[in-house]
Amino acid sequence: MDLDIVGLSRLQFAATALYHFLFVPLTLGLAVILGIMETVYVMTQRPIWRQMTKFWGTLFGINFALGVATGIVMEFQFGMNWSYYSHYVGDIFGAPLAIEGLMAFFLEATLVGLFFFGWERLSKVKHLIVTWAMALGTNFSALWILIANGWMQNPAGAALNPQTMRMEVTSFAEVLFNPVAQAKFVHTVSAGYTVAALFVLGVSAWYLLKGRHVDLAKRSLTVAASFGLAASLSVVVLGDESGYLSGEHQSMKLAAVEAMWETEPAPASFTAFGFPDQEARETHYAVHIPWVMGLIGTRSLDTQIPGIKNLVEQAKGRIQNGLIAYDLLDEIRAHGHQPIPAEVRARFDAHSGDLGHALLLKRYVDDPRQATAAQIEQAAWDTVPQVAPLFWTFRVMVGLGFFFILLTLVFFWHTARHQIDTMPRWLLRVAVWSIPLPWIAAECGWFVAEFGRQPWAIEGVLPVAVAVSNLSATTVLGTLLGFVAIYTVLLIVEMKLMLKAIRKGPQLDEQDRAELQTSPHALPQQSAAF
Amino acid sequence: MILHELLSYDVLRVIWWLLLGILLVGFACTDGFDLGVGTLGPFVARSDIERRVVLNTTGPIWEGNQVWLILGGGAIFAAWPQLYAVSFSGFYLAMFAILFALILRPVGFKYRSKIEDPRWRSTWDWCLFIGGFVPSLIFGVAIGNVLQGVPFRLEPDMQIYYDGSFFGLLNPFAVLCGLVSVAMLVAHGAAWLQLKTSGAVQARSRRAGLVAALATPLLYVLAGVLMWLFVDGYRITSEVITTGPSNPMMKTAEGGIAHMWFANYAAAPVLWLVPAIGILGSLAAAWGFARRHELFTLLANGVAIAGIILSVGVSMFPFILPSSIQPQASLTVWDASSSHLILFIMLVCTIIFLPIILAYTSWVYSVMRGKVDGKEIEEERGHAY
Repeated sequence: MDLDIVGLSRLQFAATALYHFLFVPLTLGLAVILGIMETVYVMTQRPIWRQMTKFWGTLFGINFALGVATGIVMEFQFGMNWSYYSHYVGDIFGAPLAIEGLMAFFLEATLVGLFFFGWERLSKVKHLIVTWAMALGTNFSALWILIANGWMQNPAGAALNPQTMRMEVTSFAEVLFNPVAQAKFVHTVSAGYTVAALFVLGVSAWYLLKGRHVDLAKRSLTVAASFGLAASLSVVVLGDESGYLSGEHQSMKLAAVEAMWETEPAPASFTAFGFPDQEARETHYAVHIPWVMGLIGTRSLDTQIPGIKNLVEQAKGRIQNGLIAYDLLDEIRAHGHQPIPAEVRARFDAHSGDLGHALLLKRYVDDPRQATAAQIEQAAWDTVPQVAPLFWTFRVMVGLGFFFILLTLVFFWHTARHQIDTMPRWLLRVAVWSIPLPWIAAECGWFVAEFGRQPWAIEGVLPVAVAVSNLSATTVLGTLLGFVAIYTVLLIVEMKLMLKAIRKGPQLDEQDRAELQTSPHALPQQSAAF
Repeated sequence: MILHELLSYDVLRVIWWLLLGILLVGFACTDGFDLGVGTLGPFVARSDIERRVVLNTTGPIWEGNQVWLILGGGAIFAAWPQLYAVSFSGFYLAMFAILFALILRPVGFKYRSKIEDPRWRSTWDWCLFIGGFVPSLIFGVAIGNVLQGVPFRLEPDMQIYYDGSFFGLLNPFAVLCGLVSVAMLVAHGAAWLQLKTSGAVQARSRRAGLVAALATPLLYVLAGVLMWLFVDGYRITSEVITTGPSNPMMKTAEGGIAHMWFANYAAAPVLWLVPAIGILGSLAAAWGFARRHELFTLLANGVAIAGIILSVGVSMFPFILPSSIQPQASLTVWDASSSHLILFIMLVCTIIFLPIILAYTSWVYSVMRGKVDGKEIEEERGHAY
């Protein structure tokens, strides 16, 4: 990637998004876990569950602050770094972001304060409602953001209006019920649940290894194991759904992730291992597993999955087509407020779906109509994302996904049989060392989804090279360094505070002490029962 | 879908212009006192416990308040995409400074009191000051620049080019507007502290608030006079088509017209009520500080903020963002909005959700009502900031 304005803007977006996504998944999952723990507290009245809610709540709060801090930038940088993008698709893309604010983020952010400050001011049930409403808010946030993101992958329900020179909504229902967005939502939210489950599992395992806060750790471990098992099963199953849908809507992404250079006779084989070579357009030392790819990608035995070279040929045709639409734009503009003649409009509408492909040529010529055959060839090959990084990150993500199922299953098995006390120590150590893994998987997931969309900002509609703001590279480099610097400092501070809070463990306050004295359930010898 | 034809495109555009104002006012009236408290913090609170009291007056609610800003960003994106695209890319470094300052706030609130080290805590106190002062100033500076016109131009394919620089934003009139913004938000923060604290912090806040509430109308009127004398307005020179496609280049416009930003007031003198409310609200807030009417002061200052912000919109209507180098490209209410359908859908969403938001926000405020007590914070370590 060249470090020109496009490369730097992409890097800035990637950096801010990846940082943001260090905090979001834990927020998503931990909010639900807090809801579960507090529900048990309200139902059983056992103070230990209240203490657990508060303890994990403290960690939730430290994490939430950075989620908010990094989220502010996300909301504004479309306009800052991607002004043509904002103009070109704001009519569709802005709506889910605004609805996210109205419906979800307001709820989450208004109630998060009450979650921390409301323990003494609210009845038990009211506080429980606050916790669940907050969890609901975080999950609704994810829904709307992924509707927006899903539209970037599969721009349904919109058409180009040549008079305003932007995409406008034709069917809002299609934007909302975009199958890609729905699959992504459940996959991403499950990923968040997995992150939180493995975090709680790992920290609890550490307490058990140290023999500290054993009551709290055992119960937390039980919650985390069952919640984590459900979440990691769901993340893998829904990941498969995402893969299937990208086969349908983003065949180039699928072909790149699988390093499928040629179209194979159906059902295609799956490349389990290999070294994709972008220059030579082939994969060295590839290990193929017959049939598997065809089954995952098409769920049939006789549907072909197009390979990269085939898709490039198709892209060439679409560029030629798009040039026809591009050529008509001048004529349409000349009409101003007057209605466009039906014949011109019909010709434009017939080719406007490919206009985005003509815009790929803007990298090489100001006026795409002047492009040479060589430039068209080059632009068509630009539609291929970098194969090797996608190939590898995808495999890391999937491998980790299966590992999470295994890990949570083993812990679920032990907790279900009340064998926490006899659990081997090495297993607890594995849980501690697994804490960072779901983050790696989640970041790999984002990488596959967004890097695999290249060179498009909006799949097939708007290339990133056109979407970017007309800023100087030094300006963007400056803000990029600024954001990375402040985020890195804050991340270090955050981890330091997290570790400090974990080392300190749960803190008893007045109410806890009072309840512990009066409640018969709280005696230590009964701690194993719950 | 035919439903959206119920409201014509021009009516929806005006409604969304009003909603833009309401969002800005909502932000300035709620998160405004958070910003003001942040700015005042190091000056009205001297000891550590005083600073924690100040921090905890806004601690439980500032996060919800800030969503007005996030929602404002989202709503501009959804309803006025070109405004979102032109202003945020044009004011690039100013936006960066605002974001940088705002990033410091959530962490400052959450992390400051987690470690008992004076250097750690005083670092975060100054971060929170930056997080309050810098956005207050820059928002005002930005408005000052919008009134003068911004150097951007549009290509036929709507690519946006901006010819200004960051330091170009800091011209005298814009800086004056920035000071108006700082003064009114500091007054708001002081009014909040007067309501939520007692003792020395309250007394200091009251004094600061009185000064700020008197400075606000002075600076505001001064800005108005300078605007009359030196800031030229814009006008559409072609036929005004209010229901056409959102393409600014389909009209013609000219700038450099003296007193043009007062033309709407001349045409409908009743509009003078809007700036009058701004001035009278501030004076009432000053009176409230002097007479120690705690809730009254906050409400009066909120009214003042609404009057001051809305008066900018009234002056410029139908312009939203004039271009100083290509007046034709200026964004107006009639040619910078989203499509008819999206404006309608977003209006329906707003009508459904805004009352719900106001309901639970007021519930949270009522749960957290009452003064913040330093002793309570010291005793109950754990959740207080």
